Amino acid sequence: MFLWFHKLGSPPHFYRIAGKWIPWLGWIFLLLLAAGLYGGLVEAPPDYQQGESYRIIFVHVPSAWMSLFIYVVMAICGAIIIIWHMKLAEVVLISSAPIGASFTFLALVTGSLWGKPMWGTYWVWDARLTSELILLFLYLGIIGLHNAIDDKRTAGRAVAILALVGVVNIPIIHYSVEWWHSLHQGPTVTKFDKPSIHWSMLLPLLLMALAFQVYYVLALFQKCRAELLRRERNSKWVEEL
Amino acid sequence: MTPARKKRLALILLMVGGVATGVGFALKSLDQNIMFFFSPSEVISGKAPTDKLFRMGGMVVEGSVHRPGDGLTVEFDLTDNEHSVIVKYTGILPDLFREGQGIIANGKLNASGEFIAEEVLAKHDENYMPPELADMHDGKESAQ
Repeated sequence: MFLWFHKLGSPPHFYRIAGKWIPWLGWIFLLLLAAGLYGGLVEAPPDYQQGESYRIIFVHVPSAWMSLFIYVVMAICGAIIIIWHMKLAEVVLISSAPIGASFTFLALVTGSLWGKPMWGTYWVWDARLTSELILLFLYLGIIGLHNAIDDKRTAGRAVAILALVGVVNIPIIHYSVEWWHSLHQGPTVTKFDKPSIHWSMLLPLLLMALAFQVYYVLALFQKCRAELLRRERNSKWVEEL
Repeated sequence: MTPARKKRLALILLMVGGVATGVGFALKSLDQNIMFFFSPSEVISGKAPTDKLFRMGGMVVEGSVHRPGDGLTVEFDLTDNEHSVIVKYTGILPDLFREGQGIIANGKLNASGEFIAEEVLAKHDENYMPPELADMHDGKESAQ
């Protein structure tokens, strides 16, 4: 296991493995996305209160979950960078940032579009919405900081620290709706109780979440491969490609 | 793990722990400002500001919604199951506004203790279900 992990950390090996996986991940993603969209937009019944408008959750909720998940991955990479000085972790961290930022942006925009007809407003400064906006700024800050430092090893350590500091925001986002009165509703699926959503809506929601998860790995592999080539352009294994 | 790596791990834990404690204290002291709304009980006991706009959240009491006068103004009781406050609002209500539903109103109290709202937002709950099922659950739902 540890040996496998070590081998995966070597850039040429990772480059090869990721390249092999990409087409498979692409097909799995398309399949899950098609099933999830069909289930969510065609099969699932309308909601008893919101009618058809609730269907935005099939994009909104998985995006919001991914925005948190990707940040946690980046923070773990940050710890690996500081402790083990692993090059690949730097590549994974910085390649994840734009994907995470996109998911955060998507969650904010879809939520806002839903908020206007349902709540009666596009935006309010409640704890959940504000902390999610801070998450977007954290992502953008990490991208900006990385671009501002020319030496990529130094940049890697700088963004590792920023990613680790920002991880404090993650539990705040998740628990914001429980710790404070907020306009955003409480958790439906991610709580210890039984999910308060009918299975006919939950199933496509989970399919979409899985599809987004696969998409993240797919996009991450592609970005990592590009970043690896850029960083190692002078090394022997790149010349041999 | 080598001693140098252990030291770096300890440093990371210290850093994240320190930041978490700092942010925790900051949020604790800002508690009242982060609260998005006051409950009717808090409003009646005088915790809400009197000189500026604030938000009040609660359930619309079943059967209390009526439109006196010109038909644009809505009047209803807002409750947290302990106390209720009369709310008056002129304007367009959001889709999810209905009796028994949670809402948040932004406005201030007038001299007679009525809440004059400038904006009414509907708060959605975390339950999703098909309409047929909701009819069956109806008794249970409205009791919540």
